[in-house]
Amino acid sequence: MNGISVKNLSYDYGGKPALNNVSFEIEAGSFCALLGPNGAGKSTLFNLLTRLFVPPQGQIEIAGHNLHTDPRAALAQLGIVFQQTTLDLDLTVYQNLSYFAALHGISGRQRSVRIEEVLDRLDIADRAKQKARTLNGGHRRRTEIARALLHKPAVLLLDEATVGLDAAARASITDHVHGLTDDGTTILWATHLADEVRPDDRLIVLHQAEILADGFARDLQKDTSLQEAFLAMTRANA
Amino acid sequence: MSGYLTSLIAIVGREALRFVHQRERFVAALVRPLVWLLVFAAGFRAALGLSIIPPYQTYITYETYIVPGLCGMILLFNGMQSSLSLIYDREMGSMKLLLTSPLPRWWLLICKLLGATAISILQVYAFLGIAAMFGIIMPPLGYVAALPALIVAGLMLGALGLLLSSFIKQLENFAGVMNFVIFPMFFLSSALYPLWKMAESSVLLRDICAVNPFTHAVELIRFALYLDFNGAALGWTVLATVVFTSAALWGYSPEGTGIRRRG
Repeated sequence: MNGISVKNLSYDYGGKPALNNVSFEIEAGSFCALLGPNGAGKSTLFNLLTRLFVPPQGQIEIAGHNLHTDPRAALAQLGIVFQQTTLDLDLTVYQNLSYFAALHGISGRQRSVRIEEVLDRLDIADRAKQKARTLNGGHRRRTEIARALLHKPAVLLLDEATVGLDAAARASITDHVHGLTDDGTTILWATHLADEVRPDDRLIVLHQAEILADGFARDLQKDTSLQEAFLAMTRANA
Repeated sequence: MSGYLTSLIAIVGREALRFVHQRERFVAALVRPLVWLLVFAAGFRAALGLSIIPPYQTYITYETYIVPGLCGMILLFNGMQSSLSLIYDREMGSMKLLLTSPLPRWWLLICKLLGATAISILQVYAFLGIAAMFGIIMPPLGYVAALPALIVAGLMLGALGLLLSSFIKQLENFAGVMNFVIFPMFFLSSALYPLWKMAESSVLLRDICAVNPFTHAVELIRFALYLDFNGAALGWTVLATVVFTSAALWGYSPEGTGIRRRG
């Protein structure tokens, strides 16, 4: 079973295509980077994968559940870290996680156990009582990743999760997220920064609403750096 | 515990917590109707003669007349305040968290609506308490009888706020709501003057007031405060609640959002 399956997905804004007949599949338990310049269609794809938008054409399956015909089962298997911070800054880290758990119907002892688990996993247990407003950018992102893992999703989507972070925090978050595949979680990591992609990562390059390349990063970059290969690809198709 | 109940408690609790964090919002919500009651009504009392109209059994002061309208004003402004919060949530991204939950979207929005209504009703009772301290007292049981009316009126105005928030794209556009929704709704109603008084100046204005759902919400509260029942007002208010809620739920559905986004 695939973690994510996207078939013939299209979307437009008032006639301007944002995604044009996009198809790809990501194997369960694997890491896939979605690389594309600003405006490539990454955020639109994420809005469709999270059912914030409904595609006029195409099909999406999350962990085997059709997002259109069985949205509740599909969304229950989805953890999401949005590009924009979605923490309630007036609540503590624990309260933010607790609120999210409730939105997934998790309550009582199960809720507190799960919260402690994810806080430990992301190394932020000591921040639990801190208000989100007082956290630095790196810890806010960790809190959001912890929150996204709270309901044990089969698939984790991260939309430019390292935007605005310094190099050390970016590296730390990227390492953490790569490690999440160890327990079978499927990861789709959207970024416009080639240095966040490792040679062994599956890589999909999205450009001008279409998939430009799909394969392993090392195969796509060949003898050059991924950054150069990416720029060459996008320039050639500008 | 059912996921539905868990989410209801969490969303209502968060609304309450947010309200507690914004003490100035509570003060503003009370100061506005109190200024109307203690300043405007005091000055207006001499200019406006009131006849005996249902549900009143005798002549009443103007201050007494406008209390139900000011209760409606609190609900109206709170409905718009919750709308503003929803737009803010959407701009800040936290609305996405709600909309990507596996629980049905309609349920999550209903929870938001219930939370906002509960907060509004608390403020109405605080206002009624202060009004009583100034000698504007309703029949004691009227305070209890008014609760269901306040719930229905609060839900209707909260649903209107929800509907507006689903169509307003940016926080900056919200100023227009003040001019095109709140003021016309409040002034073209029976909150400040009885409809017969309005008809003396313009029959057309009276007719507009008569179809304004806010008029019926105010009348529902007015009758309930005096242990009376206004079936027509209840019918209109419930109908408006159903229409506003349905339209808001469509506006927030992935299909509704998508159509507006795609133009």
